[in-house]
Amino acid sequence: MPNTEYYNDKVVRQFLLAAAVWGIIGMSVGVLAAAQLAWPLFNFDTSWLTFSHIRPDHTFGVIFAFGGSALIGTCYYVVQRTGHARLAYPRLAAFTFWGWQAACLAAMITMPLGLTQSKEYAEPEWWVDILIAVVWVSIGVVFFGSLARRRIKHIYVANWYYGAWIIAVGLLHIVNNLVIPVSLSKSYPIYSGVVDAMVQWWYGHNAVAFFLTAGFLGMMYYFVPRQAQQPLWSYRFSIVNFWALISVYMWAGAHHLMYTALPDWVQSVGMAFSLVLLMPSWGSAANGLMTFNGSWPKLKTDAAAKFMVLALVFYAGSTFEGSMMAVKTVNKLSHYTDWTVAHVHNGALGWVAMITIGSLYAMAPRALGRPAMYSQKAMEWHFWLHVFGVVLYVGSMWVAGVTEGLMWRATLPDGSLTYPFIDSLLAIQPMYWTRWFAGVVILAGMVLMAWNLWHTAADARARLIKPIPVPIPEPDPHQVPEPLPGVG
Amino acid sequence: MAYKHFEIIEKNAALLGILTAIMVSIGGLAEITPLFMEAHAVKAPAGVKPYDPLRLAGKDVYVREGCYLCHSQMIRALRAETQRYGHFSTAQESVYDRPFQWGSKRTGPDLARVGGKYTDDWQRLHLEDPRQVVPQSNMPAYPWLEHNKISAEDIEARMRVLRQLGDPYTDADIASARQALAGKTEMDALIAYLQGLGIQNEPAGKVPVPTGHGGMP
Repeated sequence: MPNTEYYNDKVVRQFLLAAAVWGIIGMSVGVLAAAQLAWPLFNFDTSWLTFSHIRPDHTFGVIFAFGGSALIGTCYYVVQRTGHARLAYPRLAAFTFWGWQAACLAAMITMPLGLTQSKEYAEPEWWVDILIAVVWVSIGVVFFGSLARRRIKHIYVANWYYGAWIIAVGLLHIVNNLVIPVSLSKSYPIYSGVVDAMVQWWYGHNAVAFFLTAGFLGMMYYFVPRQAQQPLWSYRFSIVNFWALISVYMWAGAHHLMYTALPDWVQSVGMAFSLVLLMPSWGSAANGLMTFNGSWPKLKTDAAAKFMVLALVFYAGSTFEGSMMAVKTVNKLSHYTDWTVAHVHNGALGWVAMITIGSLYAMAPRALGRPAMYSQKAMEWHFWLHVFGVVLYVGSMWVAGVTEGLMWRATLPDGSLTYPFIDSLLAIQPMYWTRWFAGVVILAGMVLMAWNLWHTAADARARLIKPIPVPIPEPDPHQVPEPLPGVG
Repeated sequence: MAYKHFEIIEKNAALLGILTAIMVSIGGLAEITPLFMEAHAVKAPAGVKPYDPLRLAGKDVYVREGCYLCHSQMIRALRAETQRYGHFSTAQESVYDRPFQWGSKRTGPDLARVGGKYTDDWQRLHLEDPRQVVPQSNMPAYPWLEHNKISAEDIEARMRVLRQLGDPYTDADIASARQALAGKTEMDALIAYLQGLGIQNEPAGKVPVPTGHGGMP
C-alpha cells in the first residue's frame, strides 16, 4: 500500500493549546476561591465573583475544560499512533474541538451567573448538558471510528482505558442529568432526596473514576513506556487491572454518604468495594513505576519523566488515602472537613495534573514538529514549583481537616460539646492562608508551562511543520503478550 | 486460561466497547435500582406538604447561590452531630428536595435544623453581611438578595413542573402563589426557607431542640 496517509495532528495541537489556556483559567479561579475562604473581602460583594458562584467554575474548569482538553487531545494522538491510522472523520473531529470549547465556555459563563443544578461536578444547566452530550457522542464516534480503521490488529491497552472513559462518562453524564426544564435557567431533576443523592454520588465518584482515573491511565499507559523507552512492565497485568478497575469503581460511590439517610446496606457495600478498589489502583501504579526499571537514571535529566514517576507515586498515595477514607470509622472524622479537599487535590494535582503535564511535555514537541521542548530549564522549574505547591497544599488541608474533625467531636467531661463551630474555623485560618499561597505557586508553574509551549510552538505558528506520515506496520499475524513476570 | 480466550476481545473494538459498557453498568444498577424501588415506599411524614410558594422560591435561591458548597443539610447518625445540630436527618425529610441538598463540605455549620434557631432579623443581617453578627465569619455577603423581586409566574411554572414530577401540589396551591409572593424579595424567600428547615418537614409536635452551646455560631 502506498504511504499517502498523514496523522491528523492539527486537532491534537488545538486541544494542547486549549488545555494550556484552560489550565491557567481553572487554577486562577481556584486561587481566587482560596483567597476568598481566607479573606472574605475578596468576594467583592459581587454575585458572580462570590465563592459559592465560582467554586463550580474552578472544578469544571480544571476537570472538564483543562483535563478534558488534555484527555481528548492525547486520546486522538494515541489512537492514531497505536493503530497506525489517521483519525477517522476529520470534520467531526474538528467539531469535537470547537464543540467542547463551546460547551466549556457556556458552562464557565452560566454557572457564576446562577444557572446551576447544584449537583457537584454536574452543575451546568440542561441545555449546556445537551451540548456536552452531543459533543461527547461525537468524540466516541471519532475514537471508535479511528479504532475501526486501525492497521494494527491488537488494540493497545491505552485505548481500552480511553474507550472506557468515553463510554462510562457518557453514561454517567446522561443518567445524572435527567431533568425537566422549567426555563432556560432552571430545571428540576427527575430524582429527589435519597435517590437523587445516590445517583449524584454514583456520578460524582465515577467522574473521578472514569474522567480522572481511567482517562489519565490511558495517557499513562502510552506516554510512560514511551518516555521510559521500555515496554510496559507487564501487559497482561494492565489488562487484569483494567477489568477490575472498571467493574469495581462503579460500586464505590456510596462512600460519599456514610452515616447519612442512605440505607445502611448501600453504605456497607460502598465501603467494601472501596477497599477492594485499592488492588487495581495499586496494580496500575506499580505497572507504571516498574516500567521505569532500567530507566531510572533518566530521572536526573528528563523533567517529563519526573512528572510521570511522581504522578504514579501520588496515584498510589491518593488511592490508598481514598480507600482508607471510605472506612466508616475514618469517614466519621474526615467527612465534611477539609480532609476531603486535601484528598481531592492529592489526586487532582498530584496524579492527574502531573501525568498530564508529563504527557504534554512528551507529546508537544512531537506534535509541534520540534526535537524537544523550547526550555528544559523551565520544565525543571515547573516540576519543583509544582511539587512544592502540591505538598504544601495537601499538607495544609490535611492539618485543617483533622483539626476540624477533632474539634467538632470533642466533648467536655460533662458530655457537652467543647467548641462552638466558629472556633474550628478560626483554628484552621493559617491553613487557609497556606493553601492560597500553595495555589499561587502551582499556578506560577502552569504559566511557565504555557510560556514554554508557546515558544515550542514557534514553527507551528509560522506553519513550517510538515505532517507526519503514518508508517506501514510490519505484518505480525499473531501477537501474544509476554506472560506475567514471576507468575508464568 | 490461555491468551487465546481473550484474543478475540483484544482485537475487536466493538466487542471491547460492549463488554466495557456491561461491566461499568453492573455496579450502578445493583445499587440504584433497589433504591429507586424503595423510593416509592419513602413517603413524607404525615401532615408534611411540599414547599409552599415562598419557601420553594427560597429553596431555589439557596440552590442558585450555591449555599450547598459550604453548608450540609444532613446530620449524620453520630453523637457529636446530634448534640450540635439536633436529631439525625432521615430519608423522609428530603422527599421534596429536587435536587437533594445534603452537601459534602462544612465550611459553615449544618443547616438541616437551623429553622427557628435565629430570628428573621438575625438571618437578614447575616445574609446582608455575615460579619455584622459573627465578626470572625468567612462567609460571603449576599446583599443583592434584598434587591431582587420574585416573579410569581416563574414560581407557578416551577410548581407545575414539580407536580408533573409527582409532588402533590393542588390547583389551589399553585393559585396561591401570586398572593403569597406579592412584594417579596429573594431575601424574604431565602429566610422563609431557612426558617422552615427542620421544622416544616417534620411531623407536627416533634421538633428536636439542640443542646449545648455548640449550636451557637
